[in-house]
Amino acid sequence: MSPAPPLVSLDHITRRFGALVANDDVSLALRPGEIHALLGENGAGKSTLVKILYGLIQPDSGTITLDGVARRIASPQDARSIGIGMVFQHFSLFENLSVAENIALVLPAKAGLKRLEARIMAIAMRYGLALDPSRPIWSLSAGERQRVEIVRALIQEPRVLVLDEPTSVLTPQEAETLFATLNRLKDERKALVYISHKLEEVRGLCDCATILRAGRVVTTCDPKAFSAHALAELMMGRDINAVRPPGGGAGGAVRLRLNKLSLTSPDLHGISLKDISLEVHDGEVVGIAGIAGNGQSELFAALSGESRTMPGAIAIKGQNVGDKGINQRRKLDAAFVPEERNGHAAVGAMSLADNLLLSRHALPGLLHHGLIDKAALRAQTRDVITSFDVRTSGPDALARTLSGGNLQKFAVGRELARAPKLLVINQPTWGVDALAAAAIRQAIVDLAARGAAVLLISQDLDELYEVSDRLCALAHGQLSAPRPAAELDRSAIGLLMADANQVAREVSHVG
Amino acid sequence: MSAKALRFRLMARASPSRALVLLAPVLAVALALAFGALMILALGKSPLQAFSVYFAQPLADPFSLAEIAVKASPLVMIALGLAFCYRANLWNIGAEGQFVIGGTLGGGIAVATHGMAHATFWILPAMLITGALAGALYGLIPAFLKVTLGVSEILVSLMLVYVAQLFLDYLVRGPWRDPQGFNFPVTAGFDSAAILPPLWPGGAVHAGVGLTLMLVIVMAVGLSSTRFGFAVRATGLAPRAAAFAGFDQRRLTLALFALSGGLAGLAGAVEVSGVINQLQPSISPGYGFAAIIVAFLGRLSPWGILLAGLVLALTYIGGEAAQIAMKLPLDLTTAFQGVLLMCVLAADVLTHYRLTITRSAT
Repeated sequence: MSPAPPLVSLDHITRRFGALVANDDVSLALRPGEIHALLGENGAGKSTLVKILYGLIQPDSGTITLDGVARRIASPQDARSIGIGMVFQHFSLFENLSVAENIALVLPAKAGLKRLEARIMAIAMRYGLALDPSRPIWSLSAGERQRVEIVRALIQEPRVLVLDEPTSVLTPQEAETLFATLNRLKDERKALVYISHKLEEVRGLCDCATILRAGRVVTTCDPKAFSAHALAELMMGRDINAVRPPGGGAGGAVRLRLNKLSLTSPDLHGISLKDISLEVHDGEVVGIAGIAGNGQSELFAALSGESRTMPGAIAIKGQNVGDKGINQRRKLDAAFVPEERNGHAAVGAMSLADNLLLSRHALPGLLHHGLIDKAALRAQTRDVITSFDVRTSGPDALARTLSGGNLQKFAVGRELARAPKLLVINQPTWGVDALAAAAIRQAIVDLAARGAAVLLISQDLDELYEVSDRLCALAHGQLSAPRPAAELDRSAIGLLMADANQVAREVSHVG
Repeated sequence: MSAKALRFRLMARASPSRALVLLAPVLAVALALAFGALMILALGKSPLQAFSVYFAQPLADPFSLAEIAVKASPLVMIALGLAFCYRANLWNIGAEGQFVIGGTLGGGIAVATHGMAHATFWILPAMLITGALAGALYGLIPAFLKVTLGVSEILVSLMLVYVAQLFLDYLVRGPWRDPQGFNFPVTAGFDSAAILPPLWPGGAVHAGVGLTLMLVIVMAVGLSSTRFGFAVRATGLAPRAAAFAGFDQRRLTLALFALSGGLAGLAGAVEVSGVINQLQPSISPGYGFAAIIVAFLGRLSPWGILLAGLVLALTYIGGEAAQIAMKLPLDLTTAFQGVLLMCVLAADVLTHYRLTITRSAT
């Protein structure tokens, strides 16, 4: 490919936040018809750089050139008006508005909502992103919300499109569809910036990769010319260990038993759980695969006690707990890590110490005579911070100041530090960098090796195969019978994930 | 349709500076004073003289200082409970009604025991407990309707204010009217056993002020160091995280309305026992509404509320003085309090968001 002149180039960009240099003399050239990967650990400066490109942050020095002309990008509106679109990793959608209304908000002129819905459908069809424009955002799963963000960016016909971790909530099949979309955009001579931690994905998709470390460009290279391992080393500046494989437990006693668990979703568009039966034994990891929005959140809520069911539908260590609250389950040595870090697993505006209290206040040790023992709280928080390598200034740091990976390590560490006998964990490495993800997966495997039962709900098949002893799939609120991971290949689990009927047939065979 | 329109947008600030957070209420007060000056100018008076009468003179006079403490006491006591509610995103707007009902039924004990021969030590505690319970039960009405039927607590609590006021009005004009009162719509004056003693012998400040100070400490510790306070903070900041912590939103709603209603009712009982010493058609110059300003001006924190209560009490005392000395209408005080609330809320928003104005085609 002959190098076309860049559509946009960022030259010698420097941006400081106090003492921290987030971008240090960073240069990046985006050419039409090219997918340009931006690689780096959390905190390497990827977000700052794309925020500068999108007009959210102004650089301290350096220039941005568009079509050969130096240009200041004053705001996101400004960026959109010159054809720069962005799909954020963290959704910026209004929960109470519909898909179409959310998209209408970014459009400059008021088009009729009906006409807009037709346009949304057209774009969704063209790029294979299934969406119902009239549904409210609150009823959508993470995967569906991501699609709204992508359609919202595409509807503005951008020439440059930035995608921050777009596949983190997609199934392999969905990701393939997205890659087809991106390749189509590439054929339309658009310039794409692709931020991802999935290095194989980057190698397969991207034409060019710029690797950042600690705010500086390490190198700009052709990712296909390097192995994923070599790219990871360039990113980290050091080696990462593969997760030690699971021990293949399943010999232990039954720790968690689901017996015909059914739950009607209170949400009109939610997924109801139907007759879910499953046993999880001490010492094993059972993985639940599934596409976003097939009942994962509902299942997690039923398991944690945030939604109540019939008493006998859920038993922990032989004790019926379906109608019991989350703290009564915690007292039976169960621990829970929800999917959403911000606002569910953690309160962003509270300190890490207060966030520790969130899941431990009902357990002995932190309250004496009704008063919170702040010294003990901080000590326990420090323990979690050190033993799970959470990068933060200390127990008083507000949760929202942590990067996604670090906050997730804290949310997981907070539960694992209690040495639970049962762990239910939902999408543990969603949007988490490779190093943190490896640490979290290792911690899950180690916990099972020490004899605990783990139920892992995940959309990431690589992750499921990496840590699970047995696997099953959740489709439309129904769960397939678990099978040893070694005997179930990817295409078989992919079929189960996509087809509720097949799951139903299986359930009826077993049941 | 016009071709161009101004668009106002609020952009979140990355992180508000600590200095700005502390400075915001001060700026709000300064801005409210500027608006106040304009209002006084419009009335044809000198703002400087008015401010001197309003704010400087009361602070220089020991009698006025005691008055300020007495006026601040109900404001602070009510605002303490409201702050807990507001932190959990529950909007009890009806503290005025809970105050009136607490004062009415607490005062009812004094009316019922009027003229009892034996000086009875239990009357005062009974009045305060009755006032608190009455306020709590009255506060539970909107909370109960909210958790069972999903009715807006804002509307119900506000409407119940008028019910409480009319209930008191009916009692003092009807069954509880003092037979020897020359047909005035008031009850008989309370016996000394039903009147709060001064905080110290011969002092100008009644014992209820001490009770308020104790409650400030209790609520400050409660908010920062108890599980209940933690549940309140977590619920307001992230309801799903609060559910993850196992806090029951419905139980919390009921508890917080009972708490804030109870404190307002207690304040009502203290007011009739310590200040008015009888029941009359109106027992509150709008303390329950002014306490909303106090709660926000005090940044929903107990110590801040103590300070804000004193500031608001100063506007009451100053307003009375300005009415006497300069013939300024008492409504000016109410207007000023409203402006102050607007400025406080605006300062709060602008601490966390930046206002950007753009012109755009429509």
